[in-house]
Amino acid sequence: MRIVVASGKGGTGKTTVATSLAQVAAERDAVRFLDCDVETPNAALFLHPRLDVHRDVGIRVPRVDPQTCNACGTCAEICRFNAIAVVGETTLVFDDLCHGCGSCTWMCPEQAITEHLLVTGSIDSGTTPDGIAFARGMMNVGQAMGMPILRELKKSSPALSPTMTVPPRRTLEIRDAPPGASCPVVETMRGADFVLFVTEPTPFGLHDLKQVAAIARELGLPAGVVINRDGIGDAAVDAYCVESDLPILLRIPMDRRIAEAIAAGSTLVEANLDDRHRFRALLERILAEVTV
Amino acid sequence: MKQLVILSGKGGTGKTSVVAAFAHLASAGPFAGQVILADADVDAANLELVLHPKRLDTEPFRGGEVAVIDEDQCVQCGDCESICRFDAIVETDAGWIVDPVACEGCAACVHQCPTASIAMQEQTVGEYAYSDSLYGPLHHAHLYPGQESSGKLVTEVRQRACRQALDEQRPLVLIDGPPGIGCPVIAAVSGADLALLVTEPTVAGLQDLRRALQTLRHFGVPALVCINKADVYPVGAQGIDAYCRANGIDTVARVPFDPSVPGAMVAGAAVTAYRPDAPASLALSAVWQQVVAVLAKDLPGAAPAATVGDAARNNPD
Ligand code: SF4
Ligand code: SF4
Ligand code: SF4
Ligand code: SF4
Repeated sequence: MRIVVASGKGGTGKTTVATSLAQVAAERDAVRFLDCDVETPNAALFLHPRLDVHRDVGIRVPRVDPQTCNACGTCAEICRFNAIAVVGETTLVFDDLCHGCGSCTWMCPEQAITEHLLVTGSIDSGTTPDGIAFARGMMNVGQAMGMPILRELKKSSPALSPTMTVPPRRTLEIRDAPPGASCPVVETMRGADFVLFVTEPTPFGLHDLKQVAAIARELGLPAGVVINRDGIGDAAVDAYCVESDLPILLRIPMDRRIAEAIAAGSTLVEANLDDRHRFRALLERILAEVTV
Repeated sequence: MKQLVILSGKGGTGKTSVVAAFAHLASAGPFAGQVILADADVDAANLELVLHPKRLDTEPFRGGEVAVIDEDQCVQCGDCESICRFDAIVETDAGWIVDPVACEGCAACVHQCPTASIAMQEQTVGEYAYSDSLYGPLHHAHLYPGQESSGKLVTEVRQRACRQALDEQRPLVLIDGPPGIGCPVIAAVSGADLALLVTEPTVAGLQDLRRALQTLRHFGVPALVCINKADVYPVGAQGIDAYCRANGIDTVARVPFDPSVPGAMVAGAAVTAYRPDAPASLALSAVWQQVVAVLAKDLPGAAPAATVGDAARNNPD
């Protein structure tokens, strides 16, 4: 079972909710956590995994053998991203523009092209003190495209922890989605079973919730909502949830003490004991929503 | 003409509230009637919720192309699936189809399909809009949910805003930037004159700030930092101060936690207009003055700047 925690708007407490949910789930389930926000991954700050496996990832970019290349120009013609060009007798590759699609390699009539890995980021994985199998994708600074890292991350399954004493009930995967509502969010949701939206009751929160809710609907995924900082704004998010049949699964009131604890790197369930019960109930409700 | 971009590292630090306040503050004083606004956060275009723009012009935005399989010609060999490096070709009960969202538009499959059953099709991925807003002309855009190439749309919005500023000799373009550090951010900041990073005093905020500052340095854009809700976790704010100092960046200001900020958001107003005397409004006015001073350094005809340090020499680790 795979649960995506998404928000549209950044800073609504998405990572705090995702990590808290993972911690309560890990009490009885085998939990795998994927930090899919490859541009600004933060979940490790809350879950404190020991990241002992590091892997460079990236895209396969072409390399032209000048001896074999006859400057025919086929590669430049078929590349949709202007990433390869014939200048005089030389064929040049612009790594920054290349998407690593492989098309030029296959189309070169002289087989002058081989490919090498251009590292654009990394995947680090390990286990957290709560026994959560953790993996995080991280895009290198200055890179433009996070998608290849995200795709690799989804394929990597960090080894589930063997330290659990009771046999786990089931295996859960929790994915912390990137902010926004463009393709990386869709990629994070692809193949998932449930999407949990974390929003705040303000016009900004509502606007961005609508965007991500549209994606989940398009993918046919069941979804529910967590309203964070309940009470700071208005009731428009509530009204929207009723009207679009989105169950509100949890409300987290605005509390300065808790905000401070989170600022210092605690999860909600660590900052507030009551929240442990509330998050257990949240998990059960999610499981119920998926099985109906 | 100067371009000021407001960024946040991650979203949700109050970036758009800062932009709205700046737009309001700029509508009086030396920049009155001279600012062009651009909302480059096209995934979450929230600025209009505060600026109440009247649309003057809307145009569809065509992004990249996606592959489409002609099911009548396709012989179901599955070659395209093994060719595609973006997992965009999926098998359904009705045969092989292209998932338009996953498709990168590379056309590799088009060239490899033995029966020439695949064609590329242009897509409308969003819309670009030009509006008249409360505080000046606004260039904005909406990316349809789940679409890609928001970088291109950001570039489009920014170019149009700059073109208008040049044509009408307006001295300042104020840009609400996207979250993250990837393609849309690069499109929003490359070549800008100054970036103001709005951050929060949390462990996550500092990590995001770091990555955002490294990105700005990579593209040679000078940066200033503003700590929002600075009093929620003073230890965190000190950490950000220390980090900025160590990297030669002047922390412009601290804005306190203030319920007037969400209050203004709900009221659909800039906080500085909604409650001019609220603590956050006073702090934001001070930040604006500092930003103007840095920008004014080489604005023609502007008063000599009060130094806020040499923002251009930032050098994050
Ligand atoms: S297609 Fe091959 S031979 Fe032709 S220009 Fe490109 S690399 Fe050279
Ligand atoms: S791999 Fe694809 S994107 Fe890169 S140069 Fe070749 S055809 Fe262009
Ligand atoms: S390669 Fe062409 S014929 Fe084969 S499954 Fe794909 S579209 Fe159909
Ligand atoms: S165009 Fe490229 S990304 Fe799209 S389906 Fe074909 S091979 Fe895959």
